Amino acid sequence: MSKGFSILIGGAAGEGTRMSGQLIGKLLNQYGWRIFIYEDYQSLITGGHNFSIIRASPERISASTKEIDYLIALNQDTFQRHRGRLKEGGVVIYNSDQIKNEKGIAIPALAITTQLGGKPIMKNSSLLGALAKTLGIEWLVVEDLLKREFREKAELNLKIAKAGFDQAVTNQKIEKLNQKPLPLITGNEAVALGALKAGLEVYISYPMTPASSILHFLATLNKNLKNFVVFQPENEIEVINAAIGAAYAGKRAMVGSSGGGFALMVEALSLAGQSESPIVIIESQRPGPATGLPTYTAQGDLLFVLSAGHGDFFRFVVAPGDAEEAFYLTNLAMNMAWKYQLPAIVLIDKEISEDTFNLDDSVLEKAEKRDGKFWDKKGEYKRYLDTNDGISPLAFPGEVGAVVKATSYEHDESGITAEEDEEQIKRMQEKRQRKVIGLNREIENLKSVNIFGDKNSEKAIIVFGSNKGIAMELGKELGLRVIQPLIFQPFPEEQMKKALSGVKKIFTIETNASAQLTQFLGCRGVKLESPILKYTGRPFFIEELREELKKKL
Amino acid sequence: MNKTNLDLPAKNTWCPGCGNFGILQAIKNAISILEQKGVKKENFVLTTGIGCHAKIVDYININTFYGLHGRALAAAVGIKIGNPNLKVMTCSGDGDSYNEGISHLVYAAKRNIDLTMMIHNNRNFALTTGQYSATSPKGFKGRSTPEGSLEVAFNPLELMLASGATFIARGYTAKIDHLADLIVQAVDHKGFSFIDILDPCVAWFNTYEEYNKRIYELKNNNLSSKETALKNIWEWDYNNGGKIPIGVFYKIEKPAFDEEVNSGVQKIDDLDLKIRDILKSKI
Repeated sequence: MSKGFSILIGGAAGEGTRMSGQLIGKLLNQYGWRIFIYEDYQSLITGGHNFSIIRASPERISASTKEIDYLIALNQDTFQRHRGRLKEGGVVIYNSDQIKNEKGIAIPALAITTQLGGKPIMKNSSLLGALAKTLGIEWLVVEDLLKREFREKAELNLKIAKAGFDQAVTNQKIEKLNQKPLPLITGNEAVALGALKAGLEVYISYPMTPASSILHFLATLNKNLKNFVVFQPENEIEVINAAIGAAYAGKRAMVGSSGGGFALMVEALSLAGQSESPIVIIESQRPGPATGLPTYTAQGDLLFVLSAGHGDFFRFVVAPGDAEEAFYLTNLAMNMAWKYQLPAIVLIDKEISEDTFNLDDSVLEKAEKRDGKFWDKKGEYKRYLDTNDGISPLAFPGEVGAVVKATSYEHDESGITAEEDEEQIKRMQEKRQRKVIGLNREIENLKSVNIFGDKNSEKAIIVFGSNKGIAMELGKELGLRVIQPLIFQPFPEEQMKKALSGVKKIFTIETNASAQLTQFLGCRGVKLESPILKYTGRPFFIEELREELKKKL
Repeated sequence: MNKTNLDLPAKNTWCPGCGNFGILQAIKNAISILEQKGVKKENFVLTTGIGCHAKIVDYININTFYGLHGRALAAAVGIKIGNPNLKVMTCSGDGDSYNEGISHLVYAAKRNIDLTMMIHNNRNFALTTGQYSATSPKGFKGRSTPEGSLEVAFNPLELMLASGATFIARGYTAKIDHLADLIVQAVDHKGFSFIDILDPCVAWFNTYEEYNKRIYELKNNNLSSKETALKNIWEWDYNNGGKIPIGVFYKIEKPAFDEEVNSGVQKIDDLDLKIRDILKSKI
């Protein structure tokens, strides 16, 4: 227990298990435990089977274990599916209105709830109360949390939770750790806040799992903040063209979708390249091809994102590995998009989008809003002025004295179509490419490649995105060097070279079938052994990856 | 009227006699009139898609956004949401917005965003050398339909009425003053203003003679009536002969999307504090 423990809560869709999982996480958070919550659900609204695994550890984590210490079952299905995961001595807390079980803590959750006059969904509170008692958490802590969470509905939920609390017995009292609780946040929420910190003014999105909760979170925040616009248009093509339009009008715009929606945006991604429009695109991967597994995870869009769009143009592409990096790198993406006037893509996946992580709020200090280069209001304004660094000063419609002509065609400095003069065509292409030199220099001076685990080990694993957490944890345990590139375009070649120095055995761990990171690094001359891949829509779990790593090493 | 400030030195590559010259002139005239009415030149924005129509951005010295095929309006929507103070106009073609980008047309009308949509309707794909479009009459002999197209043209005005446009008009490029007046009314109208501009294509579908014979100026004193609008819209269905009315068919007042979506939005000074509060609520 002192090294950590896992709790699985499951039920049918619509029974509120996700919300319960969040509350359990927050409860343990109060005792100083570091939390990671994995969400598993299907593409349906009611019925089916949803579950969350809440893992608590004294140290920061972002990976799940297959084995669990506690199972909270709202229905028979959950009990049958997951009882095999329980460790020896593990405890089941179950809704005895629905489940016949011989061992464990029986809570007649629905009966309690109905008796106290609550709605069926409130039965979760009785199970939460029971869990708190089982873990030896003081009632006052539960009370304080539920008051904060339920506000005006707290009273009834508290009664129901107390009834569950009183019916359970303490199994093993968890320690109160001597560290302050950290905020619990999903990657999508972190993305939204990172963008806000960079001055987000317009968020445009068409719903698509697992990116939709960025839209929901921002729309909800904006009820109070009211400092930006949220717009849900008719399709992803309008989404990205509107974002480019908003950027042309001088507004910091961001869009979000998954691979399928991003695929629809790709023509206009190229427009952003040609018109030098600063926009930020969140691409949260889910397994394809096509509709694939809408509510599960994959890293199958890496190569797609890096080469998306017809013609030669440049994108800034970052791949955060947890909520904190999602916050910081989305913030960076917005600032870089505006500095270099190009599209920036934040590549995440369902595990980053929807899982819950602790976020150290000191990351706020690293985030900022940086302005782009603006027109000095002298002389004739030329939108595509050829400059040493390739960056043309910005002006926006409405600015007195400036005529702002942005275009999808090849053009002269003023933005007038230019198809004849080869010298000029070459010059403008080179102007756009010159921006990359500055960007490249800048990212080599940032932390663009993480190294974890045993930094001197000759055995190394390379991961990106949501495999960061599990690689860190197992790298430390098994004495491996763990390398995680954070920026993919431009690629931090120098930092990668340093990260790889002295390595003898090296391979990637990826959640895709075609080893896209291995392919990408192979093109850069990094020789890799065969990778460890998983492509079932689920992330790697600690036990299975540990086994695979041991076999390979 | 100082018209010269709207000219640009770029070489015009439209065919001699192209209907687009008339549209360009009408837009310039309309802008001059609107400037006299107090609209600042720097507040005009014109977006286009891709096609013969779109070359207009190189011939007019105002803010322009030369977008992708079918997406002239898609970008315009973002510009107007980004800055509702701008006078946003879109030039598009029948291929551009009745074929490729029709979803944006329907939705811009539905949400009644305050901008002016002008369709250079030459009733074929001209820049791609003469294929049939959404408003080509059935039997159109183009390079992709040498034996005549099989689809019946649709009536874009009817579509716009059904979609929720609050200003619906038809103009004719050979009647420049009439067209300029329509554009001024459209820009002045708060909401989605739609003008289908009959635009003969001298290269692939020369309709000057036919239009000159059949077009007449509509007199309509009942602009808010859908029934009257529909009756007038149905007078010509883009396929058959008969009279072709031009003018304003429909005009009503409704809240504009760009204004509503921006309502109450303003910069806040204590954003950092607010973000910290959000994080605190997540402990």
